[in-house]
Formats: sequence, structure tokens, C-alpha cells
Amino acid sequence: MPEPLLEVKDLRVHFPTDDGVVKAVDGLSFTMAAGETLGIVGESGSGKSVSFLTVMGLINKKSAIIEGQVLFQGQDLVQMTNDELREIRGAKIAMIFQDPMTSLHPFYKVGDQIAEMILAHEDISKKEAFDRAIEMLRRVNIPQPEERARQFPHEFSGGMRQRAMIAMALSLNPDLLIADEPTTALDVTVQAQILDLIDRLQSEFNTAVALITHDLGVVAEHCHHIQVMYAGKIVEEGTADDIYYRPMMPYTWGLLRSLPRLGHDTDRLTPIAGAPPSLIFLPEGCSFSPRCPYVFDECRVVEPELLPIDGHHAARCHLSLEDRERIVAQEILATS
Amino acid sequence: MLRYIIRRVLWAILVLLIVVFITYMIFFLLPSGDPAVRLAGKNQTPQLLEQIRQQFGLNHPWYIQYLLFLKHAVLGDQYGWPGLGLSFVSKVPLKGIIFSRIAVTAQLAIGAAIVWLIVGISVGILSALRPHTLGDRSAMGLAVLAISMPVFFLGPLALYIFWFKLGWLPGTGYYALGQYGVGTWFSHWILPWVVLAVLYAAFYARLSRSNLMETMSEDYIRTARAKGLTEKRVVLKHGLRAGLTPLVTVFGLDLAALLGGAIITESIFNLPGIGQLTVQAVGGQDLNTIAVITLVAATFVVFANLIVDILYAFLDPRVRFD
Repeated sequence: MPEPLLEVKDLRVHFPTDDGVVKAVDGLSFTMAAGETLGIVGESGSGKSVSFLTVMGLINKKSAIIEGQVLFQGQDLVQMTNDELREIRGAKIAMIFQDPMTSLHPFYKVGDQIAEMILAHEDISKKEAFDRAIEMLRRVNIPQPEERARQFPHEFSGGMRQRAMIAMALSLNPDLLIADEPTTALDVTVQAQILDLIDRLQSEFNTAVALITHDLGVVAEHCHHIQVMYAGKIVEEGTADDIYYRPMMPYTWGLLRSLPRLGHDTDRLTPIAGAPPSLIFLPEGCSFSPRCPYVFDECRVVEPELLPIDGHHAARCHLSLEDRERIVAQEILATS
Repeated sequence: MLRYIIRRVLWAILVLLIVVFITYMIFFLLPSGDPAVRLAGKNQTPQLLEQIRQQFGLNHPWYIQYLLFLKHAVLGDQYGWPGLGLSFVSKVPLKGIIFSRIAVTAQLAIGAAIVWLIVGISVGILSALRPHTLGDRSAMGLAVLAISMPVFFLGPLALYIFWFKLGWLPGTGYYALGQYGVGTWFSHWILPWVVLAVLYAAFYARLSRSNLMETMSEDYIRTARAKGLTEKRVVLKHGLRAGLTPLVTVFGLDLAALLGGAIITESIFNLPGIGQLTVQAVGGQDLNTIAVITLVAATFVVFANLIVDILYAFLDPRVRFD
């Protein structure tokens, strides 16, 4: 088996605050193969963004306690100095963010911002870097890239800016692209274009993509593997088919049921009851137990392990496999 | 871009016209009684009153008076351009007086501005990059202290310590560069510059700190870091550019306001600037001088606004197309 591209082992990212320690990421382990697309799904505050900001080394080490290992091509990013990390950032691991409206610097031309990143890693002339920026804008389907490169971000629409961000992220042909809610701030029609663009470029550049989202609908057709995060932990992981047709964890069920479906005559969406837990005072036992409709005594005392079901499919739940299969068949797939 | 500048210039001219009108109204129209009597000051003679009536066309209706007032200001009068008239108390044309006074005030204001920009902004930047550390907290504590120290307290205190007690620096008075040489000129300016700059430096330190801290938490700073830029470049190119640009506006207006006269500083250090002239004119009931100072000060503010607006369009691309 080849060495995985990214291997996260028991990662913990804790932020000490005046009110207590915020356990944003609490024992996260997963691997990503080269060229793979991994979907990371969860609500706000489930730790999905923080864990990948940690991979990028963008979490301020002074304000956080980071434990565990993040092995990227065999090197532990957690132990690296800022200078070592800087050489990886942008060149080998690139990231695009949720809000393209605020992610580009308002005072600099788009082409210059892309060229700046190339120049930070390669010893070429400004002219060459700018030409490559234009070429990248062309590859993300921005019309008239020569003109567009000389414009400022405020002259771009939201979708165009996200394309420009993607052009920048891929300009050094990174091994891993982290897309942190890349479509959340965009119109639905633009969302699909951006996701298709990421798909296409992924195969062209053979880049692994970590697609972070709160929308199970987004990850379904774009990801090989999906992991569902809740309160800083993975609660279920598997292939897209596993998550959609054989979900084995009540939180995943809740996410699936909260999706709007075409052709169903429902006036309301079904939300997951309650609110995400405080990351300072996590519930005892299973952290989803206060919101789980199938909770029983053991859930409130013992934290469930992430146990394999078959193949890569694994979930954290105390319910017996038979019970879960029955619930999925009778309640989840039947209603959704 | 050119259209933007033309629009700004036209706007500034309109504002100046309104300023002149309001000044005219305040000094000529609104108070009751004969304007000539008010303008003549303490030593009134029939000839002087007649001269004033001639100068300002006081026998004509108010709009003719205003147009005459405007004509003098814009096109000049018998004393040259701009037409600032005569101080009817000292019987001297105001043009020469005002210009020589502005020269002194400008030296004070620009010198102090250099001091407060260097001190204020560097303290602000250092604090913003290491927020909530001992250095930041002490700097901001000192800034609060400095903001609470008025010039009329700090000025005499500084004079007492550095001139009277320690003898490190010379005392008050204005020593022109051309007449006394660089050493004397410079040493006499140190205390006025520093004393005037203290309050502003504190204010600018707090302002640049909060602006920069806000900028450093922006998404595009995270993008800059994600690009693998050095932290130095992230701060200097991406942070400061966006964080300090708003200071241009504040600085333009502060400097303009000071050019209209730093009344207390000039009085304490006995500097013959616009501020001191204002105090003397008020004391001597020299109404025309006060009116002219009002106009000059307002003109500085309008021009500063114009320059700031144009400069801002060069600094922030988002402004240009609005």
C-alpha cells in the first residue's frame, strides 16, 4: 500500500479561554490518499474548519494547544517551524475559503495577488509570474483573463472571485487542496459551476481535495469518501454510498432528513432538535446524546468508539447494528 | 479617475463659497448695529468708519456686500491677492501678517505632525502585532494618560522641567531659520513640537493599533498566510496597506485644523502664529482679522478634505468608480 498523502493521527486542537478549554478538535484520525476527494461534513463548530486550518499551520500556536500528528507526505506538520510550514503552504497544500468576497485583498489587482503567491515559492520574474496568473485565470474559465488579471477584486462577481481563488490555489500545482465551504456564500447555480470546476481541475492536476461543507447534498456527487464530524470528532465515515444509503449514526440521519428533497410534498424541513454542544462542557458519554431521539442510558455514560461496520464504513453509536439497520430501512430511507 | 477629481474640485469650490457666505453672515449680517462700528475696534474716528463703509460697500444691500466680500476674497483687493483687507485696529494690510503667521504655524504643525506620525504609528503597529502583552498594555495605558494631558498643563510642565530645572532645552519664543541658523531654530522647536504631538501621538497609536488589529483578522490576511508569504510580507504589504489607509483621512483633517492655528501651544511657547494672532485679535476687538482667520482656517480644512479625497482614490481602488 502506498504511503498516504495525509495522515492525521489523534489530532487535538484545544483553545484555552477565560471560560474554559474549547475542545475544537478532540481526537481526530483519518487518512487521505493522493488524488482522492474527501468530504468533511458537519455543523458550525464541529471542528471541520479548525482541523484543516491546523493542517495548513494557520492556527496560532500561541492561542491553541495542538497535540497529535499531521503527517503530510511523511513529515509531521505539527512539529514544523513556521518557515518550514510556509514553504509547504501554497506550494504543496493550498486552501480556498468560504467567502470569496473577503478572501482577496481589496487593494491589489487579482493577477498580482496570484503572481505574488507564485513568486513566494518560485524564483522567476514578475512578468513570468503574472503571465502564469493569466494562464491560471484562463483555466478556471474566466473570460478575457488578460484584462481580468489587471482588475481589482471588487470588479469581480462572487463566483468569479471564487474562481480566481481556485486559480490562485492551483497555480503551484499543490498535492492537496483544502476547500473550506467553497460554495456556501454563492448562488445555487454558481455553486454547481464551482464544484464542477473543482472536479475537473482535480482530475487535470491530480490534486487531492478536502471538501469541507455543512451540506451533505454538496459532497454526495463530488467525494470518494465522506466523514461526518460532530463536536470535534468523526462520528461516521465511509463512501458516499455508505453515508447516503446505509448511514449508521443518528446524527447522519438528522443531516439527511434535514435536506430538502425535490418531489416531496413537505412544507417544512426537519431540523435536528437542540443546538450543537458547548465545546467547553461536552456532554458525558456520546456528545450527540442530548439531541439523539434514540438515546438510552448507556449513551449518557460511555463514549462510543468509532467501530468499523464494513470496509471503510465506520460509525460511533451504541445502538446495535440490527436496530440501526431497522431504523434506517423504516424511518430514514423511507421518509427521505 | 479624472472625472472623480473634477467632481471633487467643483464640490470643494461650492463648499468654499458657502463658507465665505456663512462667514460674511456671522460677521456682517447677524449681529445688530452698524458693522462699521464693530469692525473699527476701540479707536473709532469718523474717517475710519467711512473707510470701512467704502471697503465693504456697507451702504449697499446685503447681497451686493456679500458679492463684494467674495470678489475681494477671490480676485484680490487694493492690498493684493488674496484680498484680505486691512486690520482696522493696527491699520496694517492683513495679507502680509497672515502669511508670516501661517509660516510659523505651519512649522509648528508640520514638525509636530512628523513627531506624532512616527511615534504614534510605530507604537500602534508594535502594539497591534503583540496585542495583550505587557508592552501593548503599557503603551496603551500611557496613551490614555497622554490623551488626558491637555497642552496647557503639559506645556508649562515641560518648560519647567527641561528649560527651568534641567536647562537641557531653550525657552520660549520664535527663532527664524534664516536669521538664527539651524541649531537655534531646531532647539527652540523641540518642546513645542513634542508637547503638541503628545496628544495626537497617543490618539494615533490607539487608532492605528485598532485598525491594524481589525485588518489582521480579515479573511484576506488569512489568504495571504495561506499563500505561504513570509509573516513580514503579510504584515507590511497586506496588513499595513489596508490598516493604515483610513488614517490618511484623520491625518488630513487634523493637520488642516492645526494650520488654522494651535492657539494654546502658540500662546504658551510665545510663537507668532495664527493661533496667537487669533488671541490678540479677540483681545483687541479686531473683527476683520478674526473674520479673515476664520476664512483661512476653513479654507485649510476644505483643501485638506479635497486632497484626502483624491489621495484616497489612489490608495483604495474601490473608491475610484463610485
